[in-house]
Amino acid sequence: MALIEFADFSFKYLGADSLALKRIKLIIDEGEYVVLTGPSGCGKTTFCRAINALVPQFHRGYVAGNVYTDGKNTRENEVATFASVAGLVFQNPENQLVTLDVEKEIAFGPENLGVAPAEIRRRVEELIELLDLEELREKHPHEMSGGEQQRVAIAATLALKPKVLVADEPTSNLDPKSAETILEIFAHLNKRGMAVVLVEHRLDLVARDASRIILMNKGRIVADGNPREILAMDLCEEIGVGVPKATQVYKRLRTRGVDLRNVPLTGVELAELVQEATSQ
Amino acid sequence: MIILEDVHYTYDGIYTALQGISLQVDDGERLAVIGANGAGKTTMIKHMNGLLRPQEGRVILDGQDTKFMSVAEIAREVGLVFQNPDHQLFLDSVKKEVEFGLRNIGFTENEAEQRRQKTLASLGLEGLAERSPFTLSGGERKRVALASVLSTEPRFLALDEPTIGQDAHQKNRLAQMLAEMNKRGRTVVVVTHDIEFVIENFPRTVAMAEGQIIADGSTNMVLSNDEVIERCSLAPPQMTLAARAIRNVFPEVGQRLTLLSELEETIMGILGGA
Ligand SMILES: Nc1ncnc2c1ncn2[C@@H]1O[C@H](COP(=O)(O)OP(=O)(O)OP(=O)(O)O)[C@@H](O)[C@H]1O
Ligand SMILES: Nc1ncnc2c1ncn2[C@@H]1O[C@H](COP(=O)(O)OP(=O)(O)O)[C@@H](O)[C@H]1O
Ligand SMILES: [Mg+2]
Ligand SMILES: [Mg+2]
Repeated sequence: MALIEFADFSFKYLGADSLALKRIKLIIDEGEYVVLTGPSGCGKTTFCRAINALVPQFHRGYVAGNVYTDGKNTRENEVATFASVAGLVFQNPENQLVTLDVEKEIAFGPENLGVAPAEIRRRVEELIELLDLEELREKHPHEMSGGEQQRVAIAATLALKPKVLVADEPTSNLDPKSAETILEIFAHLNKRGMAVVLVEHRLDLVARDASRIILMNKGRIVADGNPREILAMDLCEEIGVGVPKATQVYKRLRTRGVDLRNVPLTGVELAELVQEATSQ
Repeated sequence: MIILEDVHYTYDGIYTALQGISLQVDDGERLAVIGANGAGKTTMIKHMNGLLRPQEGRVILDGQDTKFMSVAEIAREVGLVFQNPDHQLFLDSVKKEVEFGLRNIGFTENEAEQRRQKTLASLGLEGLAERSPFTLSGGERKRVALASVLSTEPRFLALDEPTIGQDAHQKNRLAQMLAEMNKRGRTVVVVTHDIEFVIENFPRTVAMAEGQIIADGSTNMVLSNDEVIERCSLAPPQMTLAARAIRNVFPEVGQRLTLLSELEETIMGILGGA
């Protein structure tokens, strides 16, 4: 069974004059690591909200088609049904944080799912350690810097132990090291079976982790496939996708008649491919 | 010119954010402020336009201690764009949001409209003028917050994480706009985690850690300082990693490989010689 299925799904926000999502058809299976990217305003956040039923149940509007998450229709089941399946890290962490301090924030989701108190304590401590939140333990979200809020929002979502993590630009406020750490955690959890849908502009950071990249533009899916195939397309530059540096070099070389054997996503891969080309 | 002189700030008497910041920003500079999460960058930049007032030390704007100036007076000279646009946007249309600041500093209705249109177009927001900012996407909201300040073109621009939520095209447009304003004499200070944006657009970098400035100088120098890399939680940019990987395999390649075009030429050279 597909973990997420968009079945010809379209959506227009109430009062808007154009569709935010246009006839989206795709399937995401268990264990996938999908990176969703595309220009600002193209519909990425709306796509994320459609996975856990916030669209169309909290954000209302015109709907056509259906989305099935874990086999359940997002139009016919309560939003709460999807909480343990699809954990969403909001684009703006402040809109996600609801409680008075970090411990309560991390415990909030599992409490609502009826997880046993001892297990909740265990998850809270584990996530405080994993995301380096010790110093913030008793702080109110409004007393934190933007990056600190974002780390807490990520911890709160991971505490749900979702089948699929849907993370909407989760590193936008993080310093480079924290961004790396967070992405390592996501990659690790993905290897242990959690599916990931990640929205990101800077593909340098995530292309190597992704099993699949989806490009969106103006509410439509315009490309969907293997990261190397997708990033090699000129369409990326046309619509403003942040192609990894190594891949950019590959594409420049290609226009000058140098065809490396494969499309590199990292500097190390680029160096290996160049070495291979010299030894032929 | 803005001078911060030994500025200290502690939130609620317990959370120390700044511990003696001294910094001089000259007219016409382009300056980036970097540092780990929680280092005090936002707290510092809020001191530049008087939103926060030093608990110890002074902030001096064009020779005048800002203690004796109102926020409104300072804001006329120093425009601040917040890290989180939710803290900045409050009107029910993009048009009103941008024209508010313009009317406030005395532009006529006509001038305000013209400037609004021009700024919205430069930031890829044309067509959104009648929309409520609360119904925009995150990246669009950030650009509206930028537009409301950039449209007034104050002498000092203080931008907290301006590239959040922006795709590659929007980032380039913003960089171009800042460069043009800088050419016209505006001073630009940005706080950012986007090191590539820093390298490509800012000749001077200030590095902060735990409420203090730990390095201040040319961007090249600051970013190659090991203490800065460690304490500012930097990760080497992909260009650096790529250059390093190439050099590992081809030791004869020289040191200067900071631009994409340099890496491209180097590889052409390697393959040409093979
Ligand atoms: N309103 C507040 N009340 C209490 N403490 C605060 C408040 N705002 C910030 N802090 C604390 O002050 C310190 C500096 O915060 P600041 O927002 O200046 O950091 P920053 O460098 O901008 O971080 P980021 O990169 O995450 O945006 C942090 O330890 C933060 O937790
Ligand atoms: N609550 C809303 N009401 C009306 N329009 C909205 C709302 N949220 C987003 N939009 C619009 O829908 C489109 C897609 O937005 P979004 O999914 O947030 O884009 P992205 O995440 O790709 O930047 C944009 O044109 C945006 O302005
Ligand atoms: Mg978004
Ligand atoms: Mg900040």
